[in-house]
Amino acid sequence: MTLMSVIQAINSAMAYELERDSNVVLLGEDVGYEGGVFRATDGLQAKFGKQRVIDTPLAEENIIATSIGMAVAGLRPIAEIQFSGFVGVGYNHLVNHAARLRYRSRGKIKIPMVVRAPHGGGIRALEHHCECIEGTYAQVPGLVVATPSNPVDARGMLSAAIRGDDPVLFLEPTRLYRAVKAEVPDGDFTVPLGEAKVVEEGDSVTLVSWGPMMKNTSTAAAEAKNSGINCEVIDLRTISPLDSTDLVLKSVQKTGRLVVVQEAPKSFGPAAEIIARINERAFDYLQAPPMRVTGYDTQLPLGTNEDFFIPDPARILSTIKKASSY
Amino acid sequence: MPVTTVFEGSTQRVSVLDDSAVPDSQLDPKLSKDFLLELYKKMILCRKFDAKAIALQRQGRSFTYTPFEGQEAVQVLIGMMLKPTDWTCPSYRESALYISRGADMGDLFVYLKGHEDGMAIPNKTNDMPLSIPVGSQTAHGPGIAYANKLKGNQGVAVVFFGDGASSQGDFHEAMNFASIYKLPCIFMCTNNQWAISTPCKIQYNGASIAQRALSYGVMGVQVDGMDPLAFYQVFDQALKRARNGEGPTLIEAICYRFGPHSTADDPKKYRSEEEVATWRKMDWTGRFVTYLRNNGVINEQIEAQVDQEAIASVEQAVAKADTYTDSPVQMFDYVFSKPTAELERQKQEFKQFYNK
Repeated sequence: MTLMSVIQAINSAMAYELERDSNVVLLGEDVGYEGGVFRATDGLQAKFGKQRVIDTPLAEENIIATSIGMAVAGLRPIAEIQFSGFVGVGYNHLVNHAARLRYRSRGKIKIPMVVRAPHGGGIRALEHHCECIEGTYAQVPGLVVATPSNPVDARGMLSAAIRGDDPVLFLEPTRLYRAVKAEVPDGDFTVPLGEAKVVEEGDSVTLVSWGPMMKNTSTAAAEAKNSGINCEVIDLRTISPLDSTDLVLKSVQKTGRLVVVQEAPKSFGPAAEIIARINERAFDYLQAPPMRVTGYDTQLPLGTNEDFFIPDPARILSTIKKASSY
Repeated sequence: MPVTTVFEGSTQRVSVLDDSAVPDSQLDPKLSKDFLLELYKKMILCRKFDAKAIALQRQGRSFTYTPFEGQEAVQVLIGMMLKPTDWTCPSYRESALYISRGADMGDLFVYLKGHEDGMAIPNKTNDMPLSIPVGSQTAHGPGIAYANKLKGNQGVAVVFFGDGASSQGDFHEAMNFASIYKLPCIFMCTNNQWAISTPCKIQYNGASIAQRALSYGVMGVQVDGMDPLAFYQVFDQALKRARNGEGPTLIEAICYRFGPHSTADDPKKYRSEEEVATWRKMDWTGRFVTYLRNNGVINEQIEAQVDQEAIASVEQAVAKADTYTDSPVQMFDYVFSKPTAELERQKQEFKQFYNK
């Protein structure tokens, strides 16, 4: 075990996978000599060479498109996009090609590629640098969307994403990059994609969140406990495909109450999908309407006001109490 | 000196057959009779396929088709000149490439009839599925070429696109990346003069698309794409450059799209009969066929036989597609590497409701 931050865990996963499989390559803007704008790829080019850790021209669409070609011809590319808003520049390739080529070739072509991008607000950066984009991509058949919330999952899930045979949009919690440290297993270690995790057991309210929101969600759960409300906290970890419905379902059958916390704008997001599935399959168990705490259907405000957009522990706690006392 | 020249360059056009079907003695690739006969057979086969695919759509027996009539030389020759292990990234107008690479025409008809199974790429060669978003496939070739170079396997990637696609940012980004990393990638632009109803003059204002290669530090050449001898010459050079590690080549083959953009539009609305007639004189069915006759590769008897065989092959392929049946349940296959729990649930619901 080694004590690591999220960013160190991500670096460690890539270093391990580059070492483990010579088909793994890493490409993006400033990922080589510079080691990435957040230092996620620090030291990797020096260790694995310019042929495998590739500085690209400044063209996000081309980084994603080139990765597709590499994956077709047997490599396992990890593409870094510097900020979440710029993944959209490569939307055509991610959605129309990466996610579809297995289907279009009737299984003859696979696209084992990972597109990594930091996401989520709270770092006082410029516009387009902080948006939560998981919902936009979660509706794309064939594309895996995953987001870790802590160093252990960051290392294990990224390794699993690199070894998997599907294209993965791997969204990293920017404001937690250096905010949390944990003992991370050394050596060969993966956390399978598609599996949610109960991070705290409880019987009063089921509290579901993911990625950068897990910190505020856990803080709110701890405060709720002081008021005698025991939340069962679930970290979704993989947004799409949402194969962890059964885990949430089991929890709601126990608690009868569901609160979903989502940083992205309220409407049409993963929170809505989770609530819809629970309504479809656990309606009779519900003792309160499922509720969500989310960002607003606005643009993410600039630095001064962004903390009013991102659900804070107080807002989450207030909704937990509402659900609990319904 | 305050002002210096940063760059100078020129772009050349290659043609071999003149209007009377006489080859330039310097540039004639002097192809063997066997090769020329094989080329002729494949071009005839492709043209019959093209006509049949349009006819099936008109009869309501298949869906939208994007014909390639006028572009056979480029596609058929590349299919014959590449190794099966080389990769191609074709656009939706490259069915003749597939046929030349040895794909089953029956599968192509199955695709045109709207069945997913028909999309399966050819078994014995490395070809991407026909790409629909215009120009985007140009950016996949350099990635493939990068992988080939890293693995040291001598493979080449060929990306296909047209004059319309040359306006897309993908093309610029792909050329730039391929040049920086000196990749074994050939950019195959078939300039067929029209992007649906938009003529070349609205697509670009330079003298050619080929000349853009210069600004990327790439070899660029324009060629008479309806002259198979000229095209062989040019593509052979590009292949040698790629295999020798000399980097990418941009080829602009000047052709004409005799048919509509797709079975959904009528070109009579945007171009004149006179224009079509002028280009028809350049078609391979004129000059090249004359050349083949003059050189004893074909004669009346061989031509009749080749025609008959081609028609029979196409009919056989149509028959295969006509008898093809599938289950709509196949829409649930190949979404992810493994079936997901939710997809399995939806599949069961589907099967119960439709009793399939």
